[in-house]
Amino acid sequence: MIIDTNVSLSRWPFRRVPGDEPADLVMRLRGRGVGLACAGSFDGILHKDLAGVNTRLARECRTYGKELLLPFGSVNPKLPDWREDLRRCREEHRMPGIRLYPNYHGYDLKDPAFGELLTLASAGGLIVQLAMRMEDERTQHPLLRVPPVDAGPLPDLIRGQPGVRIVLLHWKGLVGPALLERLATAGEVYFEISMLEGLGALARLIQQVSAERVLFGSNFPLFYFESALFKVREAGLTQLQQNAIFEGNAQRLLHLR
Amino acid sequence: MLNRRTFLGGLPLLAARPEPKATDVWSPPRCEVWDVHCHIFEVAGETPEARVTELVKFGDRMGIERFVLFMGFPFYTDPTPEQLRQQNDQVLRAMRAFPQRVSSFVYLNPNYLSFSLQEFDRCVRDGPMVGVKLWVAKHCNAPELDPIVERAASLKAAILQHTWLKSTGNLPGESTPFDVAELALRHPNVPLICSHVGGDWERGIRSIRGTKNVYIDVAGFDPTAGAVEMAVRELGPERILFGSDVGIRTFASQLGKVMGAEVSDSARKLILCGNLKRMLTPILKAKGRRL
Repeated sequence: MIIDTNVSLSRWPFRRVPGDEPADLVMRLRGRGVGLACAGSFDGILHKDLAGVNTRLARECRTYGKELLLPFGSVNPKLPDWREDLRRCREEHRMPGIRLYPNYHGYDLKDPAFGELLTLASAGGLIVQLAMRMEDERTQHPLLRVPPVDAGPLPDLIRGQPGVRIVLLHWKGLVGPALLERLATAGEVYFEISMLEGLGALARLIQQVSAERVLFGSNFPLFYFESALFKVREAGLTQLQQNAIFEGNAQRLLHLR
Repeated sequence: MLNRRTFLGGLPLLAARPEPKATDVWSPPRCEVWDVHCHIFEVAGETPEARVTELVKFGDRMGIERFVLFMGFPFYTDPTPEQLRQQNDQVLRAMRAFPQRVSSFVYLNPNYLSFSLQEFDRCVRDGPMVGVKLWVAKHCNAPELDPIVERAASLKAAILQHTWLKSTGNLPGESTPFDVAELALRHPNVPLICSHVGGDWERGIRSIRGTKNVYIDVAGFDPTAGAVEMAVRELGPERILFGSDVGIRTFASQLGKVMGAEVSDSARKLILCGNLKRMLTPILKAKGRRL
């Protein structure tokens, strides 16, 4: 089975893509061998009514992907009363985690509001997925140019915090080898592969952070699912490593074993 | 408060379902794959031979049959004649290591036109290379490109021009698909490859749509869904070539664009191999190279 740690529901703001209707998304994921998927919502990037976004996300996951989709709500710590959004994610929607878009929400990781959100989410047992970017800066819409997130402050924020589980999404090119090592040793930090590029990059990542910290994520339906799938094949991994990346690590992250 | 018990209680019953294996969903291309855009830059190894060996090793895992290689290492944005020669020599060495698998294009710089034409003769007319690679030294709508295009066309050598449309701003000499369209209009009988189709493929495809002698490769931009489908819809599958841009990218992410696209099998086959093979057949045959 594949556990895909990075899919999204609803509509990418700039184009329609195959699989951006929830029933269709579920069908396509199942057809590609995905048994479980962590689902955020594209609406969480730009909408301000995140409570509404998260309610829809939870409902659509239940309705269309009850045995497949795990909702990851959006929380913006720069919005008024964001703590209530976090509470609802955890207590009402019973989400396993949240997905954050710091660059689209107008804060950096040095912002005290982010530190508080990380602490509260972790104390509440929530996984925190951090989207470091959503697309190549070079191809962004000229009226919506958003710089990527600087992960530099993250190791110091994580170290010593109990219960922190962080997944970095779309981080490649933003996290150099030294920071990668600091992140991997600071706490339970995982690295998702949908934007990983470069010949041999996956094998090198495994050498740097160990196979236990690498997660399969496709960024579907914004990206072709096959692009992430093929990376695992191209890397020439052992069966054990493949199993860890496709399933085992995500099971551990999600406390399924 | 959510705790482990309540969370797990809300999760799907994993054990109750049959579990498809990840390996079940990997289906290799059902045709040859020719990759029109490969580098030995950012590939492990000290020598061109070591780097191309690494490249072929990874390519074999993905079913790549033919690699078209150009430029050496490191990359130079405005290479001097000496650097051009050095880069092309590196590629010639890499080619010799896998003569049946690796083809190559000569790297030229229109800022050194006279030398570039000599280098074309050395590497293509009198050597084993089968095309021209132009990068970011000069916009390709400049008149200096005309002699290069004419020289290449006289031997039916392919011409591949890097293009981007960056919202962050292009490099000073970096071509756009508009520039390629302009060049193509001056040479309407010469096929030109608009590489990366501008990266911003929605604008790039539109830029060259009406210029029928312009092909695109789908190399070197993120595997954003819909790119190949739009290209097939707007250009027709005959004008699209598969390329990866390894070692900067992976074969995997770029091949995934074509294998994941909702296009017909016949279109996929043209993109993965048929179009490039058709383009290169005359010059490969003229050089006595295997097809």
